[in-house]
Amino acid sequence: MRVRSLFENRVLCGALGVAGLLCLLEAGGRTGVIDPLVFPLISGVVARAATFAIDPEFLADIAATLTAWAAGLLLATLIAVPAGLVLGTMPRVEAAVRPITEFLRPIPSIALVSLAALVFAERFNIKVSVAVYGSMWPILINTMYGLKDVDPVAKDTLRSFGFSPFDVLRRVSLPSTAPFIATGVRLASAIALILVISAELLAGGSSGIGTFVLEAGGSIDALEFIVAAALWAGVIGLLSNGLFVLLERRLFRWHRARTETT
Amino acid sequence: MIVLRRIGRLWLVPVVIVVWELATRALGDDSFPPPSTIAGRMREMWLTGPPSRLWINDSAIANIPPSVVRLLGGWLAAALAGVTLGLLLGRSALLSRLFEPIVHFLRAIPPPMLLSFFLALFAIGPEMQVATIIFGVIWPILINSADGARTIDRQHLDTALVFGLSRGQRLWRVILPSATPKIFAGLRVSLSLALILMVISELVGSTEGIGYQLLDARRSYDRPGVWATIVILGVLGFLLNSAFLAVERRVLSWHRTAKQTT
Repeated sequence: MRVRSLFENRVLCGALGVAGLLCLLEAGGRTGVIDPLVFPLISGVVARAATFAIDPEFLADIAATLTAWAAGLLLATLIAVPAGLVLGTMPRVEAAVRPITEFLRPIPSIALVSLAALVFAERFNIKVSVAVYGSMWPILINTMYGLKDVDPVAKDTLRSFGFSPFDVLRRVSLPSTAPFIATGVRLASAIALILVISAELLAGGSSGIGTFVLEAGGSIDALEFIVAAALWAGVIGLLSNGLFVLLERRLFRWHRARTETT
Repeated sequence: MIVLRRIGRLWLVPVVIVVWELATRALGDDSFPPPSTIAGRMREMWLTGPPSRLWINDSAIANIPPSVVRLLGGWLAAALAGVTLGLLLGRSALLSRLFEPIVHFLRAIPPPMLLSFFLALFAIGPEMQVATIIFGVIWPILINSADGARTIDRQHLDTALVFGLSRGQRLWRVILPSATPKIFAGLRVSLSLALILMVISELVGSTEGIGYQLLDARRSYDRPGVWATIVILGVLGFLLNSAFLAVERRVLSWHRTAKQTT
């Protein structure tokens, strides 16, 4: 009974799974089943990742990446939310613009790194512009999707009481769309991080976690560096996602937003 | 009539193209060539072959099909692995408690971070590109399949049990069909991700493919060439998405009708 209840504990099981995987990797590396030249010893990777936490150079790189990420996400939100509100409240405009967005959306944002590199001289602008383009779409789509979900009775009630369309938007549509926008921003945050790092890898530059990996590529234990940096990138991704989830739960306790990943 | 209405919906497209043409000509900036120049460059790059081959030239045959094959190959492999593992995690509460944290962590790692790792592992070539695509796109499929397999109508499962369906039969006739809509949602997200990863993996390590052409154009400061490759990538993304939606509509049509009758 005791053992059974142990296995029902979510946190404990998760820790067990992680520990099991780490042990397996370590054992594989030590016994030579996994060639250390192919995948470095996981103990070495973890130790390396720990030294990164106090390495000022690495921390500066992370700060550079996060600055570009935050700027890109903020700009994308500032562009996509108003655009989504316009398209969501004006079906005629939406119908006219749709063929164009349908074509723009599938363009892989990564390809735009090459274009941005030709247009902008400043590395920071390359990163931000690509992140804005890629992370705009989930916010735009979630905003439009949320507007469709607004209670029509509430809108009609306000309208019949003589409120202007702007007041209807401000008092009903916007508050009830907010949870959807938040979900869009959370999805966009992951995309923006991927794009900023990709831009650093592809366009080069002097700072950022992508550049850090590129520079590590030449050293002897390059693999250990790369995997350790990837671990940190995963931690950043997890933290930012967790932060957004927490904020969403706090702010929109009254509403459970649908987390569609379109 | 329907055709006319369809065409009517596209009225903004020619307007945008004409405005774009006029604006870029007035601007005269090399970074923003007019669409007619881009179209001409696209013709030079891919359509100078003999009429018997629909004008498709050798460069198009050498670059576009390999990219598409790698993209679809990686995506299908990820789909197979993702659905299998997802169903496992979705049906076993213990396995899901053990491995869910690892899955979420791995998903949080931005795939470009691992490019250098795969590059060191496989050297430049299709293996490295396919590995990058698989690692990047498996997570949405896995997580959605697990979610779909977890949230199955209790009644359906109990009915299957009462009728004495074997484990395999339950999997094929009850679990898999009810998880299909979620699995397809994951597959769609990962298809557009696969296109992004195809481009980035070709930009980093490749000697052929659309991404390589993009890199080539950027290196030689061939601005119309960069735009032309971006347009062709947009067309490819649009086609892939449309094809996927057509398949999805066919496969899921039973699902919609089944929902309607209940």
